Amino acid sequence: MKAYRAILVSRFLTLLQYRSAAIAGVGTQLFFGLVRVMIYDGFYRSSSSPQPMNVDQVTTYIWLGQAMLLLAMFDADKDVAAMIRTGNVAYEMTRPLDLYSVWFTRALSGRAAPLLMRSIPIFIVAGLFFGLKMPASISAAGLFVLSAFGGLLLAASLIALMTVCLLWTISGEGVNRLAAPMIFFFSGLVIPLPLFPDWIQRAIAVLPFRGLIDTPFRIYLGVLNGPSAAAALLHQIAWTAALVLAGRMLLNRGIRRLVVQGG
Amino acid sequence: MQQIVVEDLTKSFRIGVRAPGLMGSIKALVKPKYERILALDRVSFSISRGELVGYIGPNGAGKSTTVKILSGILVPDGGRVTVGGRIPWLDRIEHVRGIGVVFGQRTQLWWDLPVMESFDLLREIYDVPRDRYRHTRDDLIERLQIGNLLHIAVRQLSLGQRMRCDLVAALLHEPELLFLDEPTIGLDAVSKLAVREFIGRLNRERGVTVILTTHDMDDIEALCRRVMVIGNGQILSDGTLADLRASVTRERWLTVDLAESAAATVVTDPDAQLIRQEGQRFFLSFDPQRISVADLIARIARRYAVHDLFVENPPIEAIVARIYERRSKSSAQQ
Amino acid sequence: MILKTLQLYRSYMNVSFRSQMQYRASFVLRSLGHFLVTGTEFLGFVALFQRFGQIQGWTLPQMGLFYGMISVPFATTEAVFRGFDTFPNLIKSGDFDRYLLRPRSTALQVLGQDFQLMRVGRFSQALIVLFWSAGRLNVDWSPGNITLLLGGIAGGACLFAGLFVLQATMCFWTTESLEILNCTTYGGVETAQFPVSIYRGWFRGIFTFVIPLATINYFPIHAILNIKDALGSTPLLQWLSPLAGVLFLLVCLQCWRVGVRRYTSTGS
Repeated sequence: MKAYRAILVSRFLTLLQYRSAAIAGVGTQLFFGLVRVMIYDGFYRSSSSPQPMNVDQVTTYIWLGQAMLLLAMFDADKDVAAMIRTGNVAYEMTRPLDLYSVWFTRALSGRAAPLLMRSIPIFIVAGLFFGLKMPASISAAGLFVLSAFGGLLLAASLIALMTVCLLWTISGEGVNRLAAPMIFFFSGLVIPLPLFPDWIQRAIAVLPFRGLIDTPFRIYLGVLNGPSAAAALLHQIAWTAALVLAGRMLLNRGIRRLVVQGG
Repeated sequence: MQQIVVEDLTKSFRIGVRAPGLMGSIKALVKPKYERILALDRVSFSISRGELVGYIGPNGAGKSTTVKILSGILVPDGGRVTVGGRIPWLDRIEHVRGIGVVFGQRTQLWWDLPVMESFDLLREIYDVPRDRYRHTRDDLIERLQIGNLLHIAVRQLSLGQRMRCDLVAALLHEPELLFLDEPTIGLDAVSKLAVREFIGRLNRERGVTVILTTHDMDDIEALCRRVMVIGNGQILSDGTLADLRASVTRERWLTVDLAESAAATVVTDPDAQLIRQEGQRFFLSFDPQRISVADLIARIARRYAVHDLFVENPPIEAIVARIYERRSKSSAQQ
Repeated sequence: MILKTLQLYRSYMNVSFRSQMQYRASFVLRSLGHFLVTGTEFLGFVALFQRFGQIQGWTLPQMGLFYGMISVPFATTEAVFRGFDTFPNLIKSGDFDRYLLRPRSTALQVLGQDFQLMRVGRFSQALIVLFWSAGRLNVDWSPGNITLLLGGIAGGACLFAGLFVLQATMCFWTTESLEILNCTTYGGVETAQFPVSIYRGWFRGIFTFVIPLATINYFPIHAILNIKDALGSTPLLQWLSPLAGVLFLLVCLQCWRVGVRRYTSTGS
């Protein structure tokens, strides 16, 4: 357990050093957020029919999306990918740590540091100047933090799974390159999930990806509260558990395959 | 005939100075501080067509700055430079058409391409007529014996193989002037000899002017009749190698490694001076005219439990240091 | 002389293509990935139009025309001017000196470094949208209108090329990563996918006059669709606007030359 904590902390601290990159990233994201908000504003002003969310909620949703972008925009662990490519992953397997847990922990800490560094400035600037509203209530705020953490865990399980897939070189790369945009799309970062057409809402509800950001955001906005919020949190946890299980099983199969092939 | 004329060449660099830590970075942003480093201080020399000149000096002395200016990629602060009648940095494209440059540690060949294709691409870049190119290329391939490497990607070549290919690449457009920067660094003994032999022949038979920058004194000994020494931005010496040796130092160094058993001993000798000690290793400087190499070795071996020893020329740094000493002595006398 | 330069560029491209084709499967997957990224983004817009019907009076096919006219040139420039995109690495490794030692323009050599084929993903997706929109719209595709369409795309390619060159030129002055300049290129594409008239005053002003993205699609489309421009541009301006992109590129290339001069004066 201590070893995993060490990995977590050291990776977190290392990534905290990339401050200037984070600042540049924040500037870019503020720009993109602004453009999107203006586009949606334009749409809302063009029609008076009722919508699942009003323009203020959408604005907040979009800014939350920019702040928590890293929860849904990701690809496999680059260092591990390099290790797999060179074959050094074999050495990793000889260590006394559980490989999946190591990769999961890396995924977790790899997202946490940049997420914190970027989200806080965006929250502040967008909150002060660009229409990011406060949470619907104090309990909403608390639940938001909880479900955002749940989103982080879910993201880590997805990243770990994508990383495991790399053990199958070409199909693994395929999965990574094709899955990423789909995850991004069904997470709500392209357009907010509530604004998707009605006929697709059922499918979206089942898929795990809404747990990444859409669930936390809806809780923040107060759209989900009480029992509906609890259900959504359960959805997050259930999918995270399922993906962790799938990741472990796939890793074992992948290792066996490597061993049989001789690395 | 003077091919290269350099008069009072001066160049300094502005380097940002920044205090460490976060406060330092902020201060640097608000009020940047600079330090001026004088890389070249009124350097003057001239080189005739067909000369093979060694250009030596410690790191940071100004060697690469000089070469960059002569090749036209750096603009000096003061002084006059002409190469083949042209001012290098003002007439860059025409100027570089007539020069070849080889860097010992970086290849100019395309990493993923077979060697031959890099050559073909260079032919197009330098606009060499096809027939001429084929003739030159095949001749160079023959001389440097890289015929069996032509279809291999550069990234798969060993250092020695890569260097030979880089030499061919630099000469495909038949330049009259060749700059070589550390061409034998990291090479095995056989490759070093091959490269040296090639350069020597190129200079003798084709009359290609060669400026060789190197830390390897064996390169200098093998190839250069003329040696320029630069230190701290100034030319300290310009003449033949023999003159340099004779005028500055006849000194040779003996390095002695004592056996483990002789722990607390220090190696000394009446006819030698102890320069440095590193653990069990002792560096002794001596004058071979005062005591022969053989006698010194015999004496040391008799008195100490020697594990290993070797004799060598003093490093460039020591020669340059000697030159400084004499310079300051002579100026003190004036 | 120009012929030889073109031949050299073609040889450069040959080298770049072959190098990329060595990793064919990866190339296909990356291109597909890009196609999906841009495709899902457009699907998002389709969904929004379904909900709202129109944006400030603009319909989906019209927006598709804006989208296509800005994304096709951008994808083209992403592919062709890739060398300028990765220019910081060239400076850091010191390999730019080698370019100065060759009797060719440095810009040509940087250009010849890479032609990134995988950008065909975005390119084909944008082309599909463009064709679909052009078909849906009630436009007389006369030779004049087609010329203007192509002109806008060509001008757009030049404008984005200029931005890439400008971004690379910054490397001659600072070693800091200038990621924020991505706002002009990628941010510009995001912005100009929609008619610039939907944005607020100062924002619209920047993308009309400072980085004149409006000249790529906004003005030409008004002429093509024969619509009166709410911002007040005249048909003459609309027809000539793609030239702004060409002028912009020429200015940026001049800045590049200044940058190279600075590099050779101060050393690396």
